[in-house]
Amino acid sequence: MARVELNGVRKTYPNGFQAIHGIDVNIADGEFIVLVGPSGCGKSTLLRMVAGLETVTDGEISIGERVVNQLEPADRDIAMVFQNYALYPHMTVYNNMAYGLRNRGTPKDEIEKRVRKAADILELSEDQLARKPRQLSGGQRQRVAMGRAIVREPEVFLFDEPLSNLDAKLRVQMRLEIKRLQRSLGTTSIYVTHDQVEAMTMADRLVVMNGGRAEQIGTPMEVYERPATVFVAGFIGSPAMNFLEGRAEGGKVVVNGAAGLAAPADIPDGPVLVGLRPEHLAVVDGGAAMLELAAEAVEPLGADTLVHGRLGDGQLVTIRLSGTPTFGEGDRIALAAEAANLHFFDPETGRRI
Amino acid sequence: MVENRPFATFVSHFVLILGVAIVAFPIWITFVAATHDGVRITQVPLPLLPGDQLFANLESAFFTGVGNAREQSVGMMLFNSLVMALMIAGGKIAISLLSAFAIVYFRFPFRMGFFWMIFITLMLPVEVRILPTFAVVANLGMLNSYWGLSIPLIASATATFMFRQVFLTVPDELLEAARIDGAGPLKFFRDILLPLSRTNIAALFVILFIYGWNQYLWPLLVTTDKSMYTVVMGIKQMLEAAEESPEWHLIMLTTLLAMLPPVLVVVVMQKMFVKGLTETEK
Repeated sequence: MARVELNGVRKTYPNGFQAIHGIDVNIADGEFIVLVGPSGCGKSTLLRMVAGLETVTDGEISIGERVVNQLEPADRDIAMVFQNYALYPHMTVYNNMAYGLRNRGTPKDEIEKRVRKAADILELSEDQLARKPRQLSGGQRQRVAMGRAIVREPEVFLFDEPLSNLDAKLRVQMRLEIKRLQRSLGTTSIYVTHDQVEAMTMADRLVVMNGGRAEQIGTPMEVYERPATVFVAGFIGSPAMNFLEGRAEGGKVVVNGAAGLAAPADIPDGPVLVGLRPEHLAVVDGGAAMLELAAEAVEPLGADTLVHGRLGDGQLVTIRLSGTPTFGEGDRIALAAEAANLHFFDPETGRRI
Repeated sequence: MVENRPFATFVSHFVLILGVAIVAFPIWITFVAATHDGVRITQVPLPLLPGDQLFANLESAFFTGVGNAREQSVGMMLFNSLVMALMIAGGKIAISLLSAFAIVYFRFPFRMGFFWMIFITLMLPVEVRILPTFAVVANLGMLNSYWGLSIPLIASATATFMFRQVFLTVPDELLEAARIDGAGPLKFFRDILLPLSRTNIAALFVILFIYGWNQYLWPLLVTTDKSMYTVVMGIKQMLEAAEESPEWHLIMLTTLLAMLPPVLVVVVMQKMFVKGLTETEK
């Protein structure tokens, strides 16, 4: 168990491309941190730098009070689960798990003990231990990859999109299992994913990354409730947050020429971007309306219904209603949201006001 | 095909059987000649059915020798050929594996330069560089030795190139997983790359063994001592008997024996690499 600290970590490739622009994260002992962002945002690069598979251009990475910048991956006391599992195809499942321990000179009976224990935790049968990886299903291979990490009893687990090769149902199941396993082992973990549902459900804290920068670091609910930037607001939450262009005038924000929305008192006059989550908009009687929407498409999902429409000035808005709506496509509906659920951003910098 | 057209079946079978006959007939003649005595074989017409002298011929080939290679038994020649072919095949595979490993997995200056230098040697087979190579081997005192027979033939651009392609198909994650598992470069090579290239090694071995076994010109140059003759060049020497007419029955028998090991290698290894190919997954 160990703390992991990243101080001003940067990565510049020899061709001059800067993949990571200085990231500071302190990960507490036993914490489950998820790095999330769109592809190409540098999340995998950052993870691989912690693993020692990529060099660190600048800054410092320490694992358990020990600076590891110059250490080989094997000496960092980490274990990694790869996206495609990277199991050794010619070795049996048992040997796949035991390989790292053998290279460390762990005594035979100790290896045996640890592999059995890991197989037990992951519900891999004796018969499966003797098989080759290709004779296993995707989910079982995933377990073996996890097992290879567990037997090492490392200070830190690193996961690089481990569930993206699984089908949707299995992904949900493995998501829960990984989380449960991490809880019971109490090992500090860094998990990379582009899937925001995985990120929200698994993380103790999220690091939302974009273009090599950490846009926001916080618990999933913090990130959801108080997104620090337009990017985070748009990335976290599904369907994505609606952004409306408006103007702030004397502490009120006017959108689409409609009545002013309550805004923080210190909001400076000028253009402003208003963020509204689809699930926070409700259909109301005409009197309390903040916005008026012309519904263009209604998508019933069973429990919820998504309604896509346009405001008078043509801005697109999506709302999410529970149950079946009473109106159809082409109807005009009045919408309102609670003041607490309005997010205001500076359109220039993209930062939260 | 599920079509039932007797005439088409007849024609296709006829063509195939004709092809087999064209290939097999000379081998059959060789076999027949090896089973008769020296007198019968020189008479016209050539016998088409096997005689009863096979074991007698075997005995004289193995214990008295033939023609110009008189003091040298066929057994010894077969042994020399075997050693040479194994050294060439083994050496080529070992060197190519290591050089491909260096080129694919290490970042050293002029890496691609070295790769192309190896690749360009494809244009320099033994026949082209035969004089300088002979001079080097002679100066190193390796004439009439297994080393002299095999070392100049060991460098192989084709095999290096092939292993390079094989290594390029091995996913990078395997290397990374091995690094995290604490395997150094040589351990990774031994524990992961070698087993993964097993089938390719088998396939190459077949090709290279036959290449080595069939060497003619090079052994002819570097061996003057009869005890170092290989069987392929030995057959030629048998033809050059000084005072007598060639002993065709023994020469044919030797030819037959010379054909056997490559056939055996193909038959035995084929099973292995077909099985390997169907199992391969990287």
